[in-house]
Amino acid sequence: MSLLSRPARLSAIAAGLGLALVATGCGSSGGDTAAPAASAGGGEAASADCAPFTEYGKFDGTTVSIYSPIRDAEADLFEQAWGPFAKCTGIKITYEGTGEFEAQIQVRADAGNPPDIAFFPQPGLLERFAKAGKLKPASDKVKALATENWSADWAKYSTVDNVFYGAPLGASVKSFVWYSPSMFAEKGWTVPTTWADLMTLTETIAASGIKPWCAGIESGDATGWPATDWIEDVVLRDLGPDGYDQWVAHDLPFNDPKMVTAVDKVGAILKNDKYVNGGYGPVKSIASTAFQEGGVPITEGKCALHRQASFYANFWPEGTKVAEDGDVFAFYLPGNDANSKPVLGAGEFVAAFTDRPEVQAVQAYLAGGDFPNRRMALGTYVSANKKVDVSKAANAIDKLSIEMLQDPNTVFRFDGSDLMPAAVGAGTFWKGMTDWINGKDTKSTLDFIEASWPKS
Amino acid sequence: MDFFFDFSAEAPKLLQLLIGVIAFLAFVGLMLVLLDRAPMKERSWGHSLLLLGPALALLAIGLVVPGIRTTLLSFMNGDSSQFVGLDNYLWMFTQPEAITVLRNTLIWVLLVPLLVTAIGLVYAVVVDKSRFEAAAKSLVFLPMAISFVGAGIIWRFVYAYRPEDANQIGLLNQFVVWLGGEPQQWLQEAPTNTLFLIVVMVWIQAGFATVVLSAAIKGIPAEIVEAARLDGATPLQMFFRVTLPSIRPALVVVLVTQSIGTLKLFDIVRTMTGGQFDTSVIANEMYNQAFRYGEAGKGAALAVFLFVLVTPIVVYQIRSLRQRREA
Amino acid sequence: MTTIAPSVAVKTEPKTSVGRVRKRLTSRTASLIAVVIALLWTTPTFGLFLSSFRPEDDIKGSGWWTFFTNPALTLENYREVLFGSSSSSGRLASFLINSVVITIPSVLFPLALATFAAYALSWTRFRGRDWVYIGIFALQVVPLQMALVPLLSFFSQGVEVFGITLMPAWNLEGPGQFIQVWFAHTCFALPLGVFLIHNFMSELPGELMEAARVDGATHGTILRKVVLPLVAPALAAFGIFQFLWVWNDLLVALIFSGGTADTAPMTVRLAQMAGTRGNEWQRLTSGAFVSMIIPLIVFLSMQRYFVRGLLAGSVKG
Repeated sequence: MSLLSRPARLSAIAAGLGLALVATGCGSSGGDTAAPAASAGGGEAASADCAPFTEYGKFDGTTVSIYSPIRDAEADLFEQAWGPFAKCTGIKITYEGTGEFEAQIQVRADAGNPPDIAFFPQPGLLERFAKAGKLKPASDKVKALATENWSADWAKYSTVDNVFYGAPLGASVKSFVWYSPSMFAEKGWTVPTTWADLMTLTETIAASGIKPWCAGIESGDATGWPATDWIEDVVLRDLGPDGYDQWVAHDLPFNDPKMVTAVDKVGAILKNDKYVNGGYGPVKSIASTAFQEGGVPITEGKCALHRQASFYANFWPEGTKVAEDGDVFAFYLPGNDANSKPVLGAGEFVAAFTDRPEVQAVQAYLAGGDFPNRRMALGTYVSANKKVDVSKAANAIDKLSIEMLQDPNTVFRFDGSDLMPAAVGAGTFWKGMTDWINGKDTKSTLDFIEASWPKS
Repeated sequence: MDFFFDFSAEAPKLLQLLIGVIAFLAFVGLMLVLLDRAPMKERSWGHSLLLLGPALALLAIGLVVPGIRTTLLSFMNGDSSQFVGLDNYLWMFTQPEAITVLRNTLIWVLLVPLLVTAIGLVYAVVVDKSRFEAAAKSLVFLPMAISFVGAGIIWRFVYAYRPEDANQIGLLNQFVVWLGGEPQQWLQEAPTNTLFLIVVMVWIQAGFATVVLSAAIKGIPAEIVEAARLDGATPLQMFFRVTLPSIRPALVVVLVTQSIGTLKLFDIVRTMTGGQFDTSVIANEMYNQAFRYGEAGKGAALAVFLFVLVTPIVVYQIRSLRQRREA
Repeated sequence: MTTIAPSVAVKTEPKTSVGRVRKRLTSRTASLIAVVIALLWTTPTFGLFLSSFRPEDDIKGSGWWTFFTNPALTLENYREVLFGSSSSSGRLASFLINSVVITIPSVLFPLALATFAAYALSWTRFRGRDWVYIGIFALQVVPLQMALVPLLSFFSQGVEVFGITLMPAWNLEGPGQFIQVWFAHTCFALPLGVFLIHNFMSELPGELMEAARVDGATHGTILRKVVLPLVAPALAAFGIFQFLWVWNDLLVALIFSGGTADTAPMTVRLAQMAGTRGNEWQRLTSGAFVSMIIPLIVFLSMQRYFVRGLLAGSVKG
């Protein structure tokens, strides 16, 4: 029952993953990804080569449950990637992906029925569970692997009160602006390298009769989050990494004058009817446009720039080529000068609610270099793990992201809204930014968010 | 087709279903046997306890304990580790949006039951005894069979906004454009956006009202209808003098269940606007606080407030129960 | 409350010509109202239905009505939902079976328990009866979400009071997990069920019960032979709403059944299908219709029980 034996199934998988995998599946670009994909599915290849997994031990007959917000096709690739490990160590991994992760994990933990391992997309949530004493500290082996494979910037996000709870897993880079290389070439525009350049370019595009920017922040019960990413990127640039940390930790009040300036800097683009919302209408249409569709007008020539994370590569309409010489690509959202290149990103952390040896073995495996490379061989994937072989990246945007994350000079900061208390980071910050787009002024928006910061 | 349907994996489930159904039959059979054995008496604790016991036990485990726990939690802090007195209740009424959320909840709880009942009643009356009655009722019932996820997408297709010069993909805006108007962002302008969300709820629930009220209308004794008709009553008189009074109990059922359902409702608000643009309601705030923000205390306080809001309906039930006993 | 009256079904035309005209006019208005409501209620669903056959880019880029001028149909959305782009959705039939296994007992048990309870509250006498009824009624307001944690810990940790284990943890595994789901759905359904059924049952004429009692019938016989046939429409109504509720439920399923093909129902699978970031939401258009089929069949086949309301009504006055 090989998964890839039927052409119909293959094309269905490709459709599910967006074109990144279409490209690799057809062998047109992205390197040799076909071989590991085949071996992950077939049992005979896996049993022949258990050597890489002997160090994790043997745990026949044990089961480890994993709970995660990653679901559907992406989840299948995870299961395929750790398939050989599970087979060789004898651990049965039961995986459950859900769209209601934040709420469900709380219910399960409170009721004393948590999974063994959870992939936390928000360090803030992980911290809450750690402080409540629900999480188990990571084993020494996991800690050693995490120190070895990730930069200190990353490891600190799963450290609470000096206890390390788990290694990071996947990642996405948020500081990207999507554009159409062909449109740029045709009009003679060039990729900006400073914020001032970016604003000049914006003005040039606007003068040519195209609305330069398009955006969408509608995301159901999470409406507003793409706007918060904008703010975070600008805060990281204007206040510097230390200022950013202070702001996230609430050492700098949300309604500080510096914050007003930063938000207004975003407002100069997002709240300017001349600059937005290409293909969708006036400023307010940003709030009603689904974030999944936010950048699509670029493919129709109705918009030139769309700031969104690396994962947006999967959202383009079928048949769009994502490459430096293709239909769409992304450039780094410029810093204030060409030399400062702070990167905003996000990712998941593998934390455990139990400390059975087989659970720690799975954690250790996910923290090592084997897993991310296997996973990447199956299709689009980004990780900040230093062992990731960047030359094997599934597509150009993954490659660019991994290079940025692995560069030792990169200053990396995690998505601030995922670090703040959820009442702000997943509540009033989103809500405030949505109201702000919908017409509320900067100062009262920030006052509103500041007032909602939990007191204790 | 082995990858599509693997019988060896499904057989244990079907066995489990069989066990469940057999357990059900055994339970009902046992109850009836026990009921038959005991002699009839005017007052018999045994009978009442036997009949009520299983339901009460489940209610105690599934709802009474959680209700008490929620009340206790409402006096505790976010992670339920400290007693904080009335802080959560103070917070509830002093947060800046308290008034908006209360106002919205009130609009919902007033409009939804009324609209659902009115539309369900009118529809049940006009399709009654018509040739297409079964089909007509099925059409209105259809939305009830759609999950909230499906309903969310349907109404996304209705309210979607595109600028004037682009193709509309939302039906409502397409109508506006056909009539020469400007497309609107229906879900963004308070307070009318709450009304647009209420439409979704009414759309889903009208089928409930139609089915229940239609059954009640069919229960009106034929001789009463005949007598009124012989007296020369117009259809309108018939409706107000015969139909309405006869189906009053069913009307109360619909109104009460809709009121309580609406108080607890949050799915529509959460999936359509996420409570943004001043559309939030108490249940949505409760869900956010308790499950997304890790503020168990505040969430519980909001839940307790919902208990309080339902008191008028409970009082009404007590009164009507008394009246029925006296009658 | 009166005794059983024979139902009269005589068709008479309005006596006067004025009455005839008026009747025709009102029936015309009535038909108009019926058509308008039916149209308003069906159009959105029809739009979704049409959309479910449209290609992804068309769904996201143009209104479904443009189909009439520019028809383009595809079965892609259905193929993805039914046969899957993901290894787990290739087992949609599994999730469908899970839904059935979850739903049937979750409808039967509340029906029986609520009927017994409603009967006790209507036709047996004990002190505090009305207060018990009001109490059950009021429990409707406890939000489901607030009950999830205590109920789940009841299953996973058992009941312990002052260090004494009154009931051990259930430790259900594999298909046994269905029991948790049935249990949870049954608990949550009871307040509404008791309320609905009690409402109908307590309206039955006391003379009927009295007569049966004089004949020496037990509560079991009265319930079976006298009460059940008369409240059948109420049971059918509650049954179908409970069915729909369980079938479309996502919350209870997520907490109590787990998210794998072993026990999770269709709704869980459909929710996952939109992809991690919701970028494949067009699949939900066809998913919604696939999951609607069984509820519709159930409703259509139950319709005649609602019409049985005629019988129940003819005995009261």
